[in-house]
Amino acid sequence: MLPQNSCPGEKQSFVNLYWTFQDQKYHAMTSAEIKDRLKTKTIGIAGCGGLGSNCAVALARVGIGTLLLADFDVVSESNLNRQYFFLSQVGEAKAPALKRVIHQINPSVSVIAYEVKLDPEHIIRYFRDCDVIVEAFDQADQKEMLIETVLSAFPEKPLVVGVGLAGWGMNQDIHYRKTGNLHICGDETTEISESNPPLAPRVGVVANMQANVVLEILLRP
Amino acid sequence: MKIILNNTPEEFDQAIMTVNELLKAKTFTFKMLVIKINGSLVKKDEYATATIKDNDEVMVLHLVSGG
Repeated sequence: MLPQNSCPGEKQSFVNLYWTFQDQKYHAMTSAEIKDRLKTKTIGIAGCGGLGSNCAVALARVGIGTLLLADFDVVSESNLNRQYFFLSQVGEAKAPALKRVIHQINPSVSVIAYEVKLDPEHIIRYFRDCDVIVEAFDQADQKEMLIETVLSAFPEKPLVVGVGLAGWGMNQDIHYRKTGNLHICGDETTEISESNPPLAPRVGVVANMQANVVLEILLRP
Repeated sequence: MKIILNNTPEEFDQAIMTVNELLKAKTFTFKMLVIKINGSLVKKDEYATATIKDNDEVMVLHLVSGG
């Protein structure tokens, strides 16, 4: 069902077409329109590890306006099997290191790097003006802390969490679901362990799914 | 009571259950959880007292480490 075009004389490229086909929504935007919209947006990324680094890079590539990155950790060689850092960065603090990676890709992205272990007070202070918050922590108790903090302090703010990304294969188990402003990416089951380590492909799928969810939220008509 | 739990209809004999009772009934043994009833967050210290009744929509998110 095509909606009425409110400006019938305008060129196609300047009009957002929005139509539904069964339950799917198709929304056409040109590259220029996408860039203009994303340039005005700020995304907070809690954690610069497997999920955070990959998600941040994907958003930087598409031209997000501002990224707020937070992590207390340091790049180690064992991180390189999944985290978006380079060999030359081993030993550097992750948040500023990720900022440097991003600026090698897209220098127009504003990046603020917080070298801090996030607690409820910091989460509220740093992420209060974000359009969307991405949860990219490693430990389950930290994920719980962040989700509870954001749902209590910023119930209107979209929160995109990554839960369950260990191992390899099992592509059919990786899913997306949404409940209110809480968006969940992952298989919600697999926990990382010695026998089920996190690896670049599967981690990347979930991290990029999170970035794709961010775009879906930001590019809504 | 009939409720929607994680987008799936479920039925229980009781007319009212506390969150803890629901977790026990469903054998949700994971420790790290985020729970919402009808869109509102239920904090951990409320699990013994917060109640679920007929037609409520409940979300239980298990958090596993990794990221």
